[in-house]
Amino acid sequence: MSVRTKRRLPNVGRILAIGYLAIVVIITLFPFYWMLRTAFSDNYALLGNPASLLPVDFTWGPFQRVLGLQSVEDARAEGGSGASVELASYLRNSIIYAGIATFCQVFFAALAAYAFSRLHWKGRDLIFGILFTALMIPGILTLLPNFVLIKDLGLLNSFAGLILPGAFFSAFNIFFLRQFFLGQSTEIEEAAMLDGASRLRIFFRISLPLASGPLTTLSVLGFITYWNDYFWPLLVSSDESTQPLTLALAVFKQSSPQAQPDWAGLMAAALLAALPMLIMFGFFGKRIVNSLGFSGLK
Amino acid sequence: MSSVKTSPVGAPPRRSKRRATAARVGDARLAWILIAPSVLGFLVFAAYPAIRGVYLSFTDYRVLSAPEWVGLKNFQELMGDDKFWGSLGVTIQFVILTVALTMIVSIASAVILHRVTSSTLIRSIVILPFLISNVVAAVVWSWMLDRQLGIVNIALEALGNDSIGFLSDRGWVVPTLAVITVWKTAGYTTILVFAGLQTIPPQIYEAGKLDGASEVAMFRRLTLPLLRPILAMVLVLTVIGAFQVFDIVQVSTKGGPANASLVLQMYIYDKAFGQFDFGYASAMSLVLFVMLIVISFAQMRLLRASESDQN
Repeated sequence: MSVRTKRRLPNVGRILAIGYLAIVVIITLFPFYWMLRTAFSDNYALLGNPASLLPVDFTWGPFQRVLGLQSVEDARAEGGSGASVELASYLRNSIIYAGIATFCQVFFAALAAYAFSRLHWKGRDLIFGILFTALMIPGILTLLPNFVLIKDLGLLNSFAGLILPGAFFSAFNIFFLRQFFLGQSTEIEEAAMLDGASRLRIFFRISLPLASGPLTTLSVLGFITYWNDYFWPLLVSSDESTQPLTLALAVFKQSSPQAQPDWAGLMAAALLAALPMLIMFGFFGKRIVNSLGFSGLK
Repeated sequence: MSSVKTSPVGAPPRRSKRRATAARVGDARLAWILIAPSVLGFLVFAAYPAIRGVYLSFTDYRVLSAPEWVGLKNFQELMGDDKFWGSLGVTIQFVILTVALTMIVSIASAVILHRVTSSTLIRSIVILPFLISNVVAAVVWSWMLDRQLGIVNIALEALGNDSIGFLSDRGWVVPTLAVITVWKTAGYTTILVFAGLQTIPPQIYEAGKLDGASEVAMFRRLTLPLLRPILAMVLVLTVIGAFQVFDIVQVSTKGGPANASLVLQMYIYDKAFGQFDFGYASAMSLVLFVMLIVISFAQMRLLRASESDQN
């Protein structure tokens, strides 16, 4: 009997455990639901019925408002404040910033990881060790000097200024991919080499495609990080032509009137900012959950 | 064909060795080309700024004119700066609350998840807050905790309590920011601890069970010690992250009310981009950096000590 029920919690404990998990799930999900519920509400009507669990006077207004699709009169009628955003252009900026930065970061890391795992050359381990120390340097020390550097280069308010500092070098990505290459059998590559293929050709035609799994993982994680980045864009982008969504949302919040903020509009904007990541999670969820576990075991 | 068959046994290795040497000469050149972008990025955007950051902390630098060497002046000023000590106090309070809550919640959640369900769905739900930005988290919680219309205060009032100024009351603001941060990050740390639990062989628990150990005893005697390396790692990550908190504070309180939530990173930002005192801001960054290095090394040592315990 005891053998059959091994590793099963006693009943009371099991009920408590399930209760605990239920509470965790509710606390995790409720803010998402509340964002959704508020984003479909009429901002004036919210005043009269703040406790309603369903949207108050269901409307698409807040979304139209933050996308610049609603006339000023309609916006005022639904309790939109003077503060407005047109998220579409910020959305474009976020895509450019996160897209290019992620691609460069993963691609250059793949090149370096290949050199650190497959090729044999003098000084390999020394240089890898030096690059690896960068994992120990918290961003706090390099943030201000990097701003000064970007300013001196005249790259404030440009995508280059946003992207450059992180695009070329990522210690974690190099480490992650190097581990992958070291764990792979080199048989196919050796066969290709005997056939006379060059190293570079082998890298692009064989090694890179074989690494598509870890490359996808790193790209997804990198894209999430850049998409959500706030501090660096706050320092280098003061112009809406390059500001990403995170900045637009923060500015929208801070410019809302204290007396009666446009909460419905804010939640619609927040939801639009979060939605691409949630959709991406729908596609890569299992991969993200599993690779996060690994990222901790570094 | 026949030459291969009749070739002496020693020949193929020698030839492939020559080939390998030739390949290695080519390897070195190719390797340097492949690592060039990374090395360049490391030198220009990590190593150089780190050194320049140290240099700037010993200067008076107002961005518009060139930095001027002032020796230890910034650090001496720092010693007498009440606002700095205040922000250090706020930061430490925030770190302790955040780290303690994160560790408790993520260990409890991971252990219970591991025991009760193997559902990927629940793990996916738990990780959701990790996917959104700090800005979104701060905006949503600002709304939920609003004094007049926020659902949390409405619920409190419905239960007969007074409403609470979670983000506007001096006593509440730091714990509130800590809770928002834990909501945002505990899912991630839970998944890390969960991954650690999966590496523990289940036979260990069966042996414990045969010895008649209770659930609590097995958790204390088996789970915790075996998890120590990963817990130490999660601890270091959480401490370093919490010390550098910025986004959530900047978006939801800007350090207020009356500096009650002015964390170090917020003060550094104010000094640099509000008052353009880059020298002073760099000095504070350096102090924070040294503190982080010391704390990380202390934690690593603790981790190593615990490893030798087991052997």
